[in-house]
Amino acid sequence: MAIENLPLGKAINLGLRQAMLNDPKVILMGEDIGTLGGVFRVTEGLKNEFGADRVLDTPLAESGIVGSAIGLAMRGYRPVIEIQFNGFVYPAFDQITSQLAKLTNRHEGAMQFPVVIRIPYGGHIGAVEHHQESNEAYFLHTAGLRVVSPSNPHDAYWMIQEAIQSNDPVIFFEPMSRYWPKADVDTSASNFPLHASRVVRPGNDVTVIGHGAMVSVLLQAAEVAATEGMSLEVIDVRSLSPIDYAPILESVRKTGRCVIAQEAPGNVSLASELAATITEKAFYSLEAPVLRVTGFDTPFPPAKLEAIYLPDSDRVLDAVDRVLSY
Amino acid sequence: MADETLDPMVQFLTPEGHYAPSASAEEFLPYFQRLTEADHRKFYKDMVVIRRFDTEATNLQRQGQLALWVPSHGQEGAQVGSAHATKKQDHIFPAYREHAIGMIRGIDVLEIIRVLRGLTHGGWDPTLPEHGNFHIYTLVIGSQALHATGYGMGIKFDGATNTGNPDTDQAVIVYFGDGATSQGDVSEALVFAASYQTPQVFFVQNNHWAISVPVSTQARVPLYKRGEGFGIPGVQVDGNDVFASYAVTAKQLDDARSGKGPSLIEAHTYRIGAHTSSDDPTKYRTDAELESWIARDPITRMEAFLRNSGAPQSFFDEVHQEAADFASDIRRRTVDLKNPEPASMFNHVYTDPHPLMEEQSAWLANYEASFDEQGGGH
Repeated sequence: MAIENLPLGKAINLGLRQAMLNDPKVILMGEDIGTLGGVFRVTEGLKNEFGADRVLDTPLAESGIVGSAIGLAMRGYRPVIEIQFNGFVYPAFDQITSQLAKLTNRHEGAMQFPVVIRIPYGGHIGAVEHHQESNEAYFLHTAGLRVVSPSNPHDAYWMIQEAIQSNDPVIFFEPMSRYWPKADVDTSASNFPLHASRVVRPGNDVTVIGHGAMVSVLLQAAEVAATEGMSLEVIDVRSLSPIDYAPILESVRKTGRCVIAQEAPGNVSLASELAATITEKAFYSLEAPVLRVTGFDTPFPPAKLEAIYLPDSDRVLDAVDRVLSY
Repeated sequence: MADETLDPMVQFLTPEGHYAPSASAEEFLPYFQRLTEADHRKFYKDMVVIRRFDTEATNLQRQGQLALWVPSHGQEGAQVGSAHATKKQDHIFPAYREHAIGMIRGIDVLEIIRVLRGLTHGGWDPTLPEHGNFHIYTLVIGSQALHATGYGMGIKFDGATNTGNPDTDQAVIVYFGDGATSQGDVSEALVFAASYQTPQVFFVQNNHWAISVPVSTQARVPLYKRGEGFGIPGVQVDGNDVFASYAVTAKQLDDARSGKGPSLIEAHTYRIGAHTSSDDPTKYRTDAELESWIARDPITRMEAFLRNSGAPQSFFDEVHQEAADFASDIRRRTVDLKNPEPASMFNHVYTDPHPLMEEQSAWLANYEASFDEQGGGH
């Protein structure tokens, strides 16, 4: 065991560094990621260590970054892209969804596109518009992409390395509000594969499911619930596409009640898909409808309203109370 | 087109087929001069064969054998000349009308037919040595410009160009049309190519129409100047002069592989046919315009040159027989093509195992089998 106490952003930095040491074809691309080290400093120090040909301060053009990364992947490289903020990914939408996602299929397997696109996402950082969205649903809907999101530094350290090793394109959503809190990282073993969901707190009464920054909110809600005599089982989805349903269904079959929480708007979202599948596959175990606790179906509001918009532990507990009332 | 725009173009053959290099052709003359009579005849033959193929594919579409066809009729000079200018180590990123280039680089053009018959989205494997690094078609206009640029960045990072050996130094050439020059991805590709000084040629086939919209809507300045603001020099060439297309592309690729960075070629040509078999060009362009371009046809021009140079009638007869045989072979093999297996749609969506693909392909197999169990197909 090699345990380090690290913030999530630093864990990704170390994971990227390890991946670059392991494979000379791993290169980083993005805006301000080199000399500056990224606006969140996630790539800090890597340009100095690996050089400007492996840590590229690219021109400011998201489609250009993803499109040229595709060409580099055709050449045998494994590009890891940083999109500076969530809402800035859309200029690259064609290159991600019509090109990157479908090119292996279009080539009938003759070429692989192991490109990782890192996207900082989510609220609680008080930023201006386009900086706090949870826009994962666009990518979950696209065949050919894998989508993951770590909730803690240990997972972040390992999942970024596993995403880079994947032979498929991976959209890697990093919860910005979790960049700074520290937690233990075991740098000797991952313990979970990239596409595993996992129980992060066992319980018996209600299954509560989330990903990214929402996992901390769920753990907080579980603490409060415990003081009120309710036992919540908290599941970290980790892999949004594909979803590892086994631990989720096992939990719901045990508790009979399920609440899904996310920062993203609820309409046609990860929570929608989870709720539908849980209902199909665990119908006879359910004692109550599966409830979703989500951001509203509005644009992400100005920062002074984000605390109202974003689901907090009280909104989660309100839903827990409702599923327990059946 | 007004004649003054033709003046600065690189041209070796007049529309009548007379050898009369333009002033701008001078720096490209050595590339023309290294061509042999056999090369001249090969260029002609390739143009005739691919036009005959194009006609056959158009007929196959009309007879319901293809869902769609994308004619290349009229653009053979730009394509055949530039394709022969590439070296075997070069990578070619086409749009979706570059049938002649694919043929010259070594793909079986039946693979293009397979795409347009609805059997595959890709067609050929560009990683196979016999396919000449001819990448698969891209249907989203201009997207491939960035793939080519990224590939060129990779060539540079690999140190696989500008080593001083023109027989191994690599370059990329990307093809797109006048319409694509309006796409953001093409501009972004020019930015990235300039920043990273990729060993790259941007080859614009200006066929004057983006479906129904004239090039004047895409650009208020000549397209060969489009690169200048990005720091990428441009040259315009008579794209219906196969020699000019060859010589300019060969020189620009040599410059690219010797560290001079990216450049842009605008080849003036014309889409004699429709945009696709679904298009009706009579709704947006005049007969007079069409006739003026037919008078500048790349094949008749080359035929006149070859006849003036002493090529016998037997040569032309042989070429036309070979083209007819080529087309018959394509027709025969097209109607024999088999539909893909239903389960194939789950293949290669992902490279690594994926539970949804496994689950859904198993479900489909069971569902299909359930009809057999009920006695008789569906």
